[in-house]
Amino acid sequence: MNKSSNEIVVALTGQPNAGKSTIFNALTGARQHVANYPGITVEKKTGTYRFNGHKTIVIDLPGTYSLTSYTQEERVARNFLLHDKPSAIIDVVDASNLERNLYLAFQLAEMGISMAISLNMMDVAQQRGLTINTKQLSNELSVPVVPTVGNKGTGIKDLREVIEQISKDKNASQPSLHLNYGKTLEPVLARIEKHLSEDMVISTHYPMRWLALKLMENDAEAQRLVRKHAKNKENILGNVTRERELFQTEQKQTAEQAIAIRRYEIAGGIVGRCVKREKEEEQTLTDRIDRIVCNRVTGPIFLAGILFLLYYLTMKIGGEYITPWAWKYWAMLRDVIANLLPAEGLIRSLLLSGIVDGVFAIMNYLPIFLILFLLIAILEDSGYMARIAFIMDRALRAFGLHGQSTLPMILGGVVMGGCAIPGVMATRAMKDQKARITTIMIIPLMNCMAKVPLYILLVSIFFKNHQAIMLWFMSLITLCIALIVASVMNLTILKREESEPFILEMPPYHLPTITGVVRRAIERTWLFVKKVITIIIAVAIVVWVFITFPGISNEKIAYYDGEANKFTEMFIEKTGEDNPYAKLLIGSGLKEFGQYWDRYKKQRMSTKNKNALKEKFNKENPEFFKIVNRGKGIDGKKDKQAKKIYGAYKKLDKKLKRLSIIRRKEVVYVSFAGRFGRFIEPVTKFAGFDWKTNIALASSFAAKENLIATLGTIYSVGNVTSGETLAKSMEEDTSETWTPLHALALMLFVALFPPCIATLIMIRVETKSTRWMLFATIYPIILGFIIAIIVFQGGQILGLTAIQVMIFLSIFIFTILTAIYFMGGRPAAMKIE
Amino acid sequence: MTLDQMKPGDECRIVKIDIQGITGQRMLDMGFIPGTAINVIRNAPLMDPIDIKIKGYMVALRRSEARAVEVNPS
Repeated sequence: MNKSSNEIVVALTGQPNAGKSTIFNALTGARQHVANYPGITVEKKTGTYRFNGHKTIVIDLPGTYSLTSYTQEERVARNFLLHDKPSAIIDVVDASNLERNLYLAFQLAEMGISMAISLNMMDVAQQRGLTINTKQLSNELSVPVVPTVGNKGTGIKDLREVIEQISKDKNASQPSLHLNYGKTLEPVLARIEKHLSEDMVISTHYPMRWLALKLMENDAEAQRLVRKHAKNKENILGNVTRERELFQTEQKQTAEQAIAIRRYEIAGGIVGRCVKREKEEEQTLTDRIDRIVCNRVTGPIFLAGILFLLYYLTMKIGGEYITPWAWKYWAMLRDVIANLLPAEGLIRSLLLSGIVDGVFAIMNYLPIFLILFLLIAILEDSGYMARIAFIMDRALRAFGLHGQSTLPMILGGVVMGGCAIPGVMATRAMKDQKARITTIMIIPLMNCMAKVPLYILLVSIFFKNHQAIMLWFMSLITLCIALIVASVMNLTILKREESEPFILEMPPYHLPTITGVVRRAIERTWLFVKKVITIIIAVAIVVWVFITFPGISNEKIAYYDGEANKFTEMFIEKTGEDNPYAKLLIGSGLKEFGQYWDRYKKQRMSTKNKNALKEKFNKENPEFFKIVNRGKGIDGKKDKQAKKIYGAYKKLDKKLKRLSIIRRKEVVYVSFAGRFGRFIEPVTKFAGFDWKTNIALASSFAAKENLIATLGTIYSVGNVTSGETLAKSMEEDTSETWTPLHALALMLFVALFPPCIATLIMIRVETKSTRWMLFATIYPIILGFIIAIIVFQGGQILGLTAIQVMIFLSIFIFTILTAIYFMGGRPAAMKIE
Repeated sequence: MTLDQMKPGDECRIVKIDIQGITGQRMLDMGFIPGTAINVIRNAPLMDPIDIKIKGYMVALRRSEARAVEVNPS
């Protein structure tokens, strides 16, 4: 780290729920930067501020209860203090929970860095009737203590001043807090320290008392340090092992137990002397809320209500009101870009239908994401997250998941219509790596918003009489399959991932602050935008190339162009030369009119104020306006000639559009994607997929929305955005070849089909592993294909209807699931070392 | 007796922690120290995990982990 002479680097530490991030925000304001520590998923937050002309860099270390080497967070915090040697540590301490927080403060003090304590949440402590003598606390700890209330900004100025003081005279004020570990431990520690001090590298680089303590605690990372740096490492480590064993036989407890007990003893003593309880502890508000919210009966109901609200606010309000509203602006932006691009040809097609549309398809989800991230941040800050985990843990644990998997799975779309991206991002709060990866791997099996239109399409064609049941079946069966996948993965490939005990603090409820919530929501949305856009662009290009090239032959092109010309000529003939408007529509005039016509139609659909729109277009071109307004001028006067043109042009437009769809269909057929689809047809036909389906599935890889769009192109429908017409035309097109069994196999395959590229990118971001990303790509294809084959072949061979197959499959999968639940619930959980 | 055998409303004191490694260390770190008083507050809807009060704060732990905490009812 760069430390120029008047730059101060401060590490911010603290236990979870001590309000560390509120202090961080209050100290640094908006000047923050979020990154990741290399190779792991722990967030690294850095902020800066200026004070008395000094630039101060604040590093927000992960919140931890202790500084062992068992978890990623603790290792990150510890290694930063050990190797980056900040000028000072500010330990944020929860004043209402002093004893446990001092336990961490002691360990920090042992790292040999100047330290101050930000005694936070003073208001909460006061509410609980606690009076803390901060002066005495400071004396007992021999470090400065600054009372603060992070979310109100109280005490921040004092804190900045203290930071400057303790960072300045670095050498003078080494923390003099020295914990006495008692007469059984101290002699042992002294012996190890002496032994360590004989080693040059160790004694100059590491705080020795700290290292001696860690070695006695049997800390794996500390042993690694010794092994890496010490000359006579065998000697040192052998010695420590002997001391540990001797201590354990004599004291009937391990050294780490003795050390922790002693730390709590000292902390308890200090709390006894510095904290006065003025009133007897009574029922807090949190206790009263929990009596309802965690209750056996009302708890789950409340949870269901919260989750429904979450779903309602994002999918209904966000999806049905805000997204269309925002889309108007996206569409405007898209039109601006479209006008900047070259008018015609391949380059335009690539830039517009490849890149711009690809990016905008994803951007369309941004409002939903933003709302979702806001709501998640509120849930996180309020303290309710821990309660969700508490209520759901038993049900999910049986499958190798965790109580904290609940929210990510709901966001992914357990019922119908979620999105895997926020789901994957929400796993960040999970500390248990094993459960976290399991959760990330199964989220894409949930029913995201983009899968639902296909279900609805197929169900409405093939299961007319059982629509609702089929949709229920889909969401239940995917959940069941996901749970089975989770438990299988847990017993196999995830066996060796790091797991954590479920000892989860239930923090008191807090009213979240607006700035805190908004800041986090924007941070997460921005992270998504940054990561996804670049890669979406690359993938969009590839997909576009695959469905565009090599293109149709020149003769074909000439044929289609000729047809189009013929239609145009016919149009001109029909209108007659004496028609005064015909002159306007010759040559470039026709194209100009076409654009005018399209624009008018589009804007007419999206605006409520039709009159203003008419005024606008009339002003732009009164002649054109008369035509598009079905031969009526703005004054309401009828013009027969204009009406005639209107009718003729409408026919022409229809003909040209149909022609271009046929042309498009042929382009897809001969394209690389088309060839690929036909090439793998011999295999996929076992699952009932023909080449058309294959292409649609392949193109849905970029974004699931493409599935319907591509099917639309292939099944030659004019308006691909309207599901009804697609349904009709698919029905006509497929009525002979497709059975409900085909549809069921396809739906199940799509349900399990690999996540879209954007999700895969987020999986890469959240797991920091390309291998997990690839795994998340490949296993759903195999799994989905196997299930589709079983359904399709099984149904055909046994002569079952799709509904019967569905019932059999449900019973089968549900049986497996029940078996796992009752087997997995008990013995696996007992296996703790 | 062990902590998982306690019922909501029960009070007890920790005798010892019978588990090592990450779980044992985490318990020590969070104040599960011999002699410390515990109030059992409630069970989760599916009876597991349990919610307890220790050293003035609330913490939930699974029964499998609570089984490692030997306690004396009081």
